[in-house]
Amino acid sequence: MSTATFAGVPVEVDAEGFMTNPDEWTPEIAEEIARQNGIDPLTERHWAVIDFCRRDNEAKGTPPTVRRITKQAGVPTKEMYQLFPKGPGILAAKISGLTKPKGCI
Amino acid sequence: MKKLVILGGGTAGTLMSAKMRRALPRDEWSITIVDQDDDHVYQPGLLFIPFGMYERRDVIRSRARYVPKGVDLMLSGIDVIEPDDNRVRLADGTLLPYDFLVIATGSRIAPAELEGLTGPGWQKSIFDFYTLDGALKLHQALEDFRGGRLVLNVQEMPIKCPVAPLEFLFLADWYFHERGMRDKVELVYATPLDGAFTKPTASALLGGVMEEKGIQVETLFNAGEVDSEKRILSSWDEREIPYDLLVSIPTNMGSEAIERSDMGDELAFVPTDKHTLQAEVAPNVFVIGDATDLPSSKAGSVAHFQGGILEQNLLDAIAGRAPCADFDGHANCFVETGFGKALLIDFNYDVEPLPGRFPLAKVGPLKLLEESRMNHWGKLAFRWIYWNQLLSGRELPFVDSHMSMTGKKAPKDNPVAHVAA
Ligand SMILES: Cc1cc2nc3c(=O)[nH]c(=O)nc-3n(C[C@H](O)[C@H](O)[C@H](O)COP(=O)(O)OP(=O)(O)OC[C@H]3O[C@@H](n4cnc5c(N)ncnc54)[C@H](O)[C@@H]3O)c2cc1C
Repeated sequence: MSTATFAGVPVEVDAEGFMTNPDEWTPEIAEEIARQNGIDPLTERHWAVIDFCRRDNEAKGTPPTVRRITKQAGVPTKEMYQLFPKGPGILAAKISGLTKPKGCI
Repeated sequence: MKKLVILGGGTAGTLMSAKMRRALPRDEWSITIVDQDDDHVYQPGLLFIPFGMYERRDVIRSRARYVPKGVDLMLSGIDVIEPDDNRVRLADGTLLPYDFLVIATGSRIAPAELEGLTGPGWQKSIFDFYTLDGALKLHQALEDFRGGRLVLNVQEMPIKCPVAPLEFLFLADWYFHERGMRDKVELVYATPLDGAFTKPTASALLGGVMEEKGIQVETLFNAGEVDSEKRILSSWDEREIPYDLLVSIPTNMGSEAIERSDMGDELAFVPTDKHTLQAEVAPNVFVIGDATDLPSSKAGSVAHFQGGILEQNLLDAIAGRAPCADFDGHANCFVETGFGKALLIDFNYDVEPLPGRFPLAKVGPLKLLEESRMNHWGKLAFRWIYWNQLLSGRELPFVDSHMSMTGKKAPKDNPVAHVAA
């Protein structure tokens, strides 16, 4: 566990830079993590996904999978890859201040 | 007469029927178990079929033989569950009322979820081995294979028996060695995970075995489409993997009956309390095995460990008490690594697979996270244990429902080896 500073705020992160406490998250932090990952600016569609991820994590205790996001937030898989290139599930969780999705086992 | 209904007569349903028949008085409780056919397939054996190590007759038996006396087996499709009315509607329209329900409808492959997978190449250059039919056809395809690139793709997590794809590749490496053509075959593993496996210590170790055997790994590969004319598997982020033979682990989903009942999540797995195994939908409905949405592995060993917990919780719920037995996510899997060897891993929700001895400290005789011949014999012996002990709902010697730290060595830098929750 270590500390990182996003948007001037020190927060707890794990070895891969995922925030460990979702309550420390702010929209400004999201914007900075997004920028560091090559996403600038965050559009309304990004925010629709981020809002869903945060709500779902709160309800379920784990960050949602891409399939869950596409079904429940109504964002098609293709668009998910445009919004959050490479690993949309992982990146969306990171920007939303959530732990790394475990992909189950 | 009170009624306990169990849906699904596979691993979990069969062992639960045996446990509950012993636990519930016959003059007060009837137990009914429903499945669509009489073919009980020993699914762990499907792994060996493509390589000719097992045949059809080694893995299939009559369900009826394993359902104990005093339990009614109904061979019928399940149409829908109606939890508000405490009843199940069967495919022929029969209504089955219940006081308590156990859902054990498992998981199935859903190849149509990947565009192009079931197109013209399906069962010609594209195969699965998660079904008996698929495994038998893949055996023929492997026998006919003259060399080229064999790609194994895991479409999406979670899948049942998450180590089976790795085992398939290890056995393929051995099989082509034996046939004297390993140098003519490229083996590629395309996975949506960021490593060979999910849990860190095991992932590093299994990744090492992959490298040793010359198996290429393509990580974070989320397949979006198969073009079976050009024989190309492509990902959503536009990476392309050409193949000569594609072995697919298609998306795993819960039963269609769960979908029809509108009781599942986006993969038709049933939302279940991860500790008590009670369904979220109603207090008199419980879920066991692959049908749950739990973060534990979907494996026969897990169904076995859950069985002990579920029995106590059902008895509590029947007696009007709050279910208090607590499932810890315990899983125990042999991992075939080829050339007559295997690894053994033992873990739960919180503790990742660790090295050490099992089930007894120092003595073993099985080694955790280390290849040995003894582990391979353990894996083969599992078939006997499955038919003769596991399905009858008996406890296995030395192995408890809850995971034990006995014999395990925690990594120094992380004494409890907790996987971040
Ligand atoms: C290739 C492979 C290798 C594996 N290797 C291992 C291993 O080494 N070790 C291990 O522990 N596990 C292994 N597993 C996993 C193990 O087989 C499963 O986790 C286990 O069988 C799950 O039991 P279950 O009762 O939940 O589901 P199942 O045993 O699949 O039973 C579900 C039952 O429900 C019935 N059903 C579903 N829907 C309906 C309906 N609508 N109407 C009527 N009936 C219905 C089905 O017919 C089926 O019989 C492996 C699986 C595979 C595919």
